[in-house]
Amino acid sequence: MSAEATESMATAAYIVAALLTVMSLAGLSKHETARAGVAYGIAGMAVALVATVVLAAGSLTAGAVALLAVAMVIGGGIGLWRARVVEMTGMPELIALLHSFVGLAAVLVGWNGYLEVESEGPAQTTVAPELLGIHSVEVGVGVFIGAVTFTGSIVAYGKLSGRMKSRPLTLPGKNVLNLGALVAFAALTVGFTITPSLGLMIAITAVALGLGWHLVASIGGGDMPVVVSMLNSYSGWAAAASGFLLDNTLLIVTGALVGSSGAYLSYVMCQAMNRSFLSVIAGGFGVESGTSAVVEGEHREVTADEVAEMLTDASSVVIVPGYGMAVAQAQYPVADLTRRLVDRGVDVRFGIHPVAGRLPGHMNVLLAEAKVPYDIVLEMDEINDDLASTSVVLVIGANDTVNPAAMEDPNSPIAGMPVLRVWEAKDVVVFKRSMAVGYAGVQNPLFFRENTSMIFGDAKVRVEDILKAL
Amino acid sequence: MRIGVPREAGERETRVAATPATVVGLTNLGATVVVEPGAGERASFTDDAYAAAGAEIGDPWSADVLLALRTPEAAQLDRLAAGTTVIAMVGPARHPDVLADLARRGLTVLATDAVPRISRAQSLDVLSSMANIAGYRAVVEAAHRFGRFFTGQVTAAGKVPPATVLVAGAGVAGLAAIGAASSLGAVVRATDPRPEVAEQVRSLGGEFLAVEVEQEASADGYARATSAAYDARAAEIYSEQAAQVDVVVTTALIPGRPAPRLLTAADVASMKPGSVVVDMAAGQGGNVEGSVADEVVVTDNGVTIVGDTDLAARLPAQASQLYGTNLVNLLKLLVPGADGELVLDLDDVVIRSMTVAHHGEVLWPPPPIPVSAAPSVPVAPEASTPVVAPKRPASPARRYAAIAVGLALLFLATAFAPAELATNLTVFVLAVVIGYYVIGKVHHALHTPLMSVTNAISGVVIVGALLQFGQHGVVVSVLAGIAVLLASINIVGGFAVTRRMLAMFTKGPAQ
Repeated sequence: MSAEATESMATAAYIVAALLTVMSLAGLSKHETARAGVAYGIAGMAVALVATVVLAAGSLTAGAVALLAVAMVIGGGIGLWRARVVEMTGMPELIALLHSFVGLAAVLVGWNGYLEVESEGPAQTTVAPELLGIHSVEVGVGVFIGAVTFTGSIVAYGKLSGRMKSRPLTLPGKNVLNLGALVAFAALTVGFTITPSLGLMIAITAVALGLGWHLVASIGGGDMPVVVSMLNSYSGWAAAASGFLLDNTLLIVTGALVGSSGAYLSYVMCQAMNRSFLSVIAGGFGVESGTSAVVEGEHREVTADEVAEMLTDASSVVIVPGYGMAVAQAQYPVADLTRRLVDRGVDVRFGIHPVAGRLPGHMNVLLAEAKVPYDIVLEMDEINDDLASTSVVLVIGANDTVNPAAMEDPNSPIAGMPVLRVWEAKDVVVFKRSMAVGYAGVQNPLFFRENTSMIFGDAKVRVEDILKAL
Repeated sequence: MRIGVPREAGERETRVAATPATVVGLTNLGATVVVEPGAGERASFTDDAYAAAGAEIGDPWSADVLLALRTPEAAQLDRLAAGTTVIAMVGPARHPDVLADLARRGLTVLATDAVPRISRAQSLDVLSSMANIAGYRAVVEAAHRFGRFFTGQVTAAGKVPPATVLVAGAGVAGLAAIGAASSLGAVVRATDPRPEVAEQVRSLGGEFLAVEVEQEASADGYARATSAAYDARAAEIYSEQAAQVDVVVTTALIPGRPAPRLLTAADVASMKPGSVVVDMAAGQGGNVEGSVADEVVVTDNGVTIVGDTDLAARLPAQASQLYGTNLVNLLKLLVPGADGELVLDLDDVVIRSMTVAHHGEVLWPPPPIPVSAAPSVPVAPEASTPVVAPKRPASPARRYAAIAVGLALLFLATAFAPAELATNLTVFVLAVVIGYYVIGKVHHALHTPLMSVTNAISGVVIVGALLQFGQHGVVVSVLAGIAVLLASINIVGGFAVTRRMLAMFTKGPAQ
């Protein structure tokens, strides 16, 4: 086949791949079609890879192709291994880490663009001289987005896996820092376009790496679901930027798809938390707002036997899980408890806050893993009005998402955030390790309410105790 | 505040809106209760019993609040002062003319049969408490007219088979009928379009006849409205059952519409002589062909069709007590201070839904009840950070302006860009829009799988690295090779983990 024919074949394959990608995203919006969606995605990726390898192989030696294959096999192997062994509770970290790979890959592609073209000076032949300026801008933008994604994801990974402190970093004038970094990037890119040089290239990369790190470091742990989804969006934009750089339609299309869908998802989540989108992505929220009311009072402790008794008498039970359930791996005993109660004729449902856990839909994944039927797992809005007529609410490792201060204390840092109104139920049982504050660092007046009882210790062990007592 | 309780005007109305027991509840709210002489007579409550409970016996028409079952007649209404609050089963949807008349008289009218179906209002729900009584009474009426035992017996004089009862519709009335019939010893079968009531039917000792039709699995796990296939199969079931059962009680009502026809004349003709049909929907057109409201019809083949519409009123003492208790619960809402001061809070959805006339205006139909009220908590004062402008929905003008500016910028960028970039920009912009719309409807539970798939897809950056590999010296190739390796981890890992997650999503057994 001639080189030209190969190229038009590749273009055709790219269109097919792009369509399969769209179908993949569309399929994933429903349970029934989700698996087909993944299949479309895999097919699209396979088509794209085969077409690209054929295209690239035309100008490569057999040894180089073999090297490429080795790199892909090693990478694929690592990916498969991680995907097999990851705990469902460790999903947020894995996804954050994977984002950082895309970011780094985009940085490398950008640097290669520089090394191929700009660093060669007037001698280069890859790009027509009149398009050189555009190419330089594309290199700058691509490296910038990639680097922000890279360090941002690394920090997110660190925070989620507990290797870094989850408290937001508050440098003085952090917004000035962020804006300054953006201005510096713009200035450097203009400079780079006029006179490309290695020094400017390094400066752009350094500024972007610093910005990515600072952006995510100054976002608190409570906002991590939004951050993960935002980084997902960034990784898409990074791929799209690489597409512009290489003039590759497939990269532009898929990158833009991922970028815009990720951005929209982040926006939806911000709305669920009553948080301004800008304030979340600009780092930190409300950390400096007025002093919230001091909560004092006595909490009441109960034993597993007493909880079992409460559940025996209950006609309806709502379980509100949070990150604590994930940490304790309590989803299996919780699912057992659900089955036992349902068999006794108790109406058991789950109330999931949109930002429960550390990434969107985290609780759903855990409950699905433990085979809790998804039709009893309801969203906050679906269940909030039923809570008042519920006999017992079990709050398992959730804290900020059930904090009445969000509705009652205007000075609370989480004021205005929609929460599950569990305190309206007849009885509330809170599973907790200790009386420590939640991720947002806010005390929870729920624990001191009259109808609230606390059961301390590891959620998994406690739920198992209740199962025994039943 | 004086609360008046009249003697009901209707010939067949045996109930009364307050009993001696509920008079105590009303008095505790700070009200004086005035009962018309003989008001409770037909429900076996004597004037003396009312007086002993603390009520005055006198003229209820001069009171501030009138509690009644039925809308009073015109002559009685003439005796009410404008501004009086009337609480009764007005039937605002079925009697717009009566409603207009009440409003014209300047009365404030609360319809007890317009209680919204929300949990908080359950204790006021007159329709449920009356349906419960009527369902029980329907079975008693059937047993009264049925010439056999309901229960089966083996006696020295031979074996008696139990009666078989079919209850159509397992709402409040249907469930009460199932309970009553099975405690009389009959074999009870029940039908209902909602499969989820099967459990309730079984809990009362009935057998649930499911209408088994191939239903499309719905995304949210709920059954859809009855389809044509469903209706056809249901009609078959009724025809089959009619020939077998001894007693049929039909309770199917659809709010605001004529009752659905469940048994045809042919079905009734196929029933055994001596069988009894009680059509509880006879007042709304009837579930059974040939039923006549307020009459008992015997067909040519000896089947008795009972069309009584006053079933609840045939248990007057019990019905009055439940109705009266519903009213006490309503007045607890209306008199929040328990100080005899009536407060009509039209911002309360329950009160708003029930208030059908006020200050000369007809307030029916009420606005739809919002599903969830937004928390009315002021937003925390935002500190120092300048970017944290409170979000408010953009006005249409601002939104259009923003769209126009965006489009203009895009136009300029594309117009002055080289052709090559312009093509790429076009592709880019269209893909952004597609991404936005494709993602718009995603189910919340699928957020994580979606994210890991998009993560895998963004590994497509591998294409770039592949194209750079081996093209331009060792450094470029090494960097490209690393990029290929990283992106491969991403692609394979992302897809594999998504498959793993999706394999876990299961749908529970139908509930």
